[in-house]
Amino acid sequence: MTKTLTHLERLESESIHIFREVVAEAEKPVLLYSVGKDSAVMLHLARKAFYPAPPPFPLLHVDTTWKFKAMYDLRDRMAKESGMELLVYQNPEAKEKGINPFDHGSLHTDMWKTEGLKQALNKYGFDVAFGGARRDEEKSRAKERIFSFRSANHRWDPKNQRPELWRLYNARKTKGESIRVFPISNWTELDIWQYIHLENIPIVPLYFSAKRPTVVRDGLILMVDDDRFPLKKGEVPVDRSIRFRTLGCYPLTGAVESDAATLPEVIQEMLLTTTSERQGRAIDHDQAASMEKKKQEGYF
Amino acid sequence: MASSEVISSPAKESSYKADDLIAEDIDAYLVKHQHKSLLRFITCGSVDDGKSTLIGRLLYDSKMIFEDQLAALEADSKRVGTQGQAIDFALLVDGLAAEREQGITIDVAYRFFATDRRKFIVADTPGHEQYTRNMVTGASTADLAVILIDARKGVLTQTRRHSYLAHLIGIRNIVLAINKMDLVGYDQAVFDRILSDYRTFAAEIGIRDFVPIPISGLAGDNITTRSTATPWFKGPTLLEHLEEVPVDETRLQAGAFRMPVQWVNRPNLDFRGFAGLIATGTIAPGDAVRILPSGKTSKVARIVTLDGDLPFAVAGQSVTLTLADEVDCSRGDVIAAAGSPPEVADQFESTIVWMSDDAMLPGRPYWLKLATQTVTATVQPPKYQLNVNTLEHMAAKTLGLNAIGVANFSTDKPLVFDTYENSHDLGGFILIDKISNATVAAGMLHFALRRSQNVHWQAIDVTREAHAASKGQTPKVLWFTGLSGAGKSTIANLVEKKLYALGKHTFLLDGDNVRHGLNKDLGFTDADRVENIRRLGEVAKLMTDAGLIVLTAFISPFRAERRMVREMLRAGEFIEIHVDTPLAEAERRDVKGLYKKARAGELKNFTGINSPYEPPESPEVRIDTTKVSAEDAAELIVEKLLSLS
Repeated sequence: MTKTLTHLERLESESIHIFREVVAEAEKPVLLYSVGKDSAVMLHLARKAFYPAPPPFPLLHVDTTWKFKAMYDLRDRMAKESGMELLVYQNPEAKEKGINPFDHGSLHTDMWKTEGLKQALNKYGFDVAFGGARRDEEKSRAKERIFSFRSANHRWDPKNQRPELWRLYNARKTKGESIRVFPISNWTELDIWQYIHLENIPIVPLYFSAKRPTVVRDGLILMVDDDRFPLKKGEVPVDRSIRFRTLGCYPLTGAVESDAATLPEVIQEMLLTTTSERQGRAIDHDQAASMEKKKQEGYF
Repeated sequence: MASSEVISSPAKESSYKADDLIAEDIDAYLVKHQHKSLLRFITCGSVDDGKSTLIGRLLYDSKMIFEDQLAALEADSKRVGTQGQAIDFALLVDGLAAEREQGITIDVAYRFFATDRRKFIVADTPGHEQYTRNMVTGASTADLAVILIDARKGVLTQTRRHSYLAHLIGIRNIVLAINKMDLVGYDQAVFDRILSDYRTFAAEIGIRDFVPIPISGLAGDNITTRSTATPWFKGPTLLEHLEEVPVDETRLQAGAFRMPVQWVNRPNLDFRGFAGLIATGTIAPGDAVRILPSGKTSKVARIVTLDGDLPFAVAGQSVTLTLADEVDCSRGDVIAAAGSPPEVADQFESTIVWMSDDAMLPGRPYWLKLATQTVTATVQPPKYQLNVNTLEHMAAKTLGLNAIGVANFSTDKPLVFDTYENSHDLGGFILIDKISNATVAAGMLHFALRRSQNVHWQAIDVTREAHAASKGQTPKVLWFTGLSGAGKSTIANLVEKKLYALGKHTFLLDGDNVRHGLNKDLGFTDADRVENIRRLGEVAKLMTDAGLIVLTAFISPFRAERRMVREMLRAGEFIEIHVDTPLAEAERRDVKGLYKKARAGELKNFTGINSPYEPPESPEVRIDTTKVSAEDAAELIVEKLLSLS
């Protein structure tokens, strides 16, 4: 009666253990749900960790109002299926000022996402927020702890992190401090895709190739997802066979031309591709350490 | 890829050609890759040994680097690299901006790569002595350690340190990677000499087995493919070994069943499941189990998962168990094989690795977290500190940052445990500072000093309630704290007189008096101050058991110790009174002439001058002596006391 656990079984066990530790020790946890493939895996793991009970915390979607329509559809469906409460937060100031990715550049991300997240956490008084960040995504994340502390103003101090040994997580904090917990820290992009495949986890159809209306801006293929997209004079969206490797705000997320219409084909394409996952996101391009800076300021 | 010519590229003839299968039959590829195992390892060495270069090479050769990353790497290499126009692999893994500027890794970073057979998680930690805690952290989850040696330098002090730490933390698989073979002409004599040196040393510290491999991280020799430059070497390449070495699972699964309970799952009245990760052994429905520390027994009814019930589960799996009987079981308990349950004790010997800038204070209570149990632990002064370079045992009164020592400790509640050697999950622990909440130490249990089952408290017939009732009062401790010369003793004296006049039974413990008797063996170091307060707390506690109202007048400068006394006593019994006099004012008064001496350098560790005073954050009473007279203050305190009784 012995067996060798596969790498996915060990990763799954580790993530489930982390979810349960938080629920046992935190006062008011929340799962940050961005509807992407990593969020899909997170939700699936949370459901496994607490089965047959539903996960004992709500889902929080920090919304920018600029996500793809298909993302909103899946979000609402998954909330219903999991039996979890769905909280949607939109920064009222950004809403009032009409902040959008076309006119406001990086201010869009700052206000809707970074500020919005802080406001939402403060509003509901969550002391622990589960996030789907992975250490393989980006160099500054390779050193982030699984339990990552944020000061009362949500800043991350990379030089002052608590050591994490064995499976022991120190979740103690003083009033005002909060913790971001990353249960899938040790998963890679390939692990995520394999797990989605193996476990048959629902994901947004935009990850699969289809003919979609597009325009090209600054070298990025952008999808014209709704009529808010300001077309230039004479510009006509062109139908291209595209899919997305990451999902965010549709005006900021570059598509790739692809014929991969099934999950195995997507994985195949990912394995044969030669550019990294985050390349399609506009915000990381600025400079080498830009993600680290954003994180210190409170961006997830 | 402009600089590709500078990398000799064994990657092309790599032993693990995944690409063809990906392109030709993705479904077959996926099936194959779903059955990979996982190996976690740590690389030990410094930048000079080529550690970052080696890891960068492993990522590069296993195609974990994408074109855009490579382009960024090439640009960075030219800008800040150390390899001229060539690619500096080290830049791939040096993450944070601060480190990149300094050119050193200063923390623990985790890297990932995979072959057809295994997924690997690499803990990348700095090698210098001041980063011992980082290495211990990285090693705690590793199945294997790669000890890097620069072939030009041979076995160095740091090689010994790294090997010892890896061994101490319980890593059973050691690889000796003798690097930079290209710089010694791939000379077998150099390799053999280093190997012989290392073998002698390894035997001394108890490393029974290790695998030596001659490599060049920069040139790629014997990393993924066998090097033609070392025909004399018959062993595996580094990657072959990493792919084939057995992981620790078999040993853990062979152990007796233990699962620390993380969380009790009660969605409704009909279901009660115990969630946890199996530390050792295997379990199946019908197996008899014992719950520790209560000792109650039952049988496993089901192993519940979202995918349906399991016929059995093994060490390393996260599961939810239901039991056949309604037995008490909650977080912190351990469900174990009924026939071979773990021990329960409250006094232990352990190895402790100190990880905080603030040194260990023997006698101070810390939180101790072991598996899912959190208790209060008090550590005794170390038996010895270990010199990690020479492995000598040195006398020590405390442990500072990065120090490793052996010490006894006791806990306020019994712990269910195993030795660290048997189970990292039930024998490894962390210590947490109760004020800052920082993780200050990691520890590894050796054995219990005695079993707690043998401890029986004397049943006392005349209870503390009876003592208090006979005096017609509620026991309290009025704890005066403040700088030397603040007026603590003056005010405490006045309060006691007033209480005496009211017919109360009191006792005043004064700092100076106690130091002449009970605590005359203690000085004024931080550690002695902690012990001083601990003893006073115990005395005060005995007096409250006797029904007395106790007044104490000690500087008691540290929040942690005042809090320790508060926690020793019943809730509401401790009344903290901050006699708040500004330092300048206390120094001006200088009733005993002590400030003058301290300023002249004649008194060491004098509170306020060269030792800190941490004022209470929310004392029950605060007296500002610049505004309130001693008489009025005493009146105020008596009123407060009576209102609380």
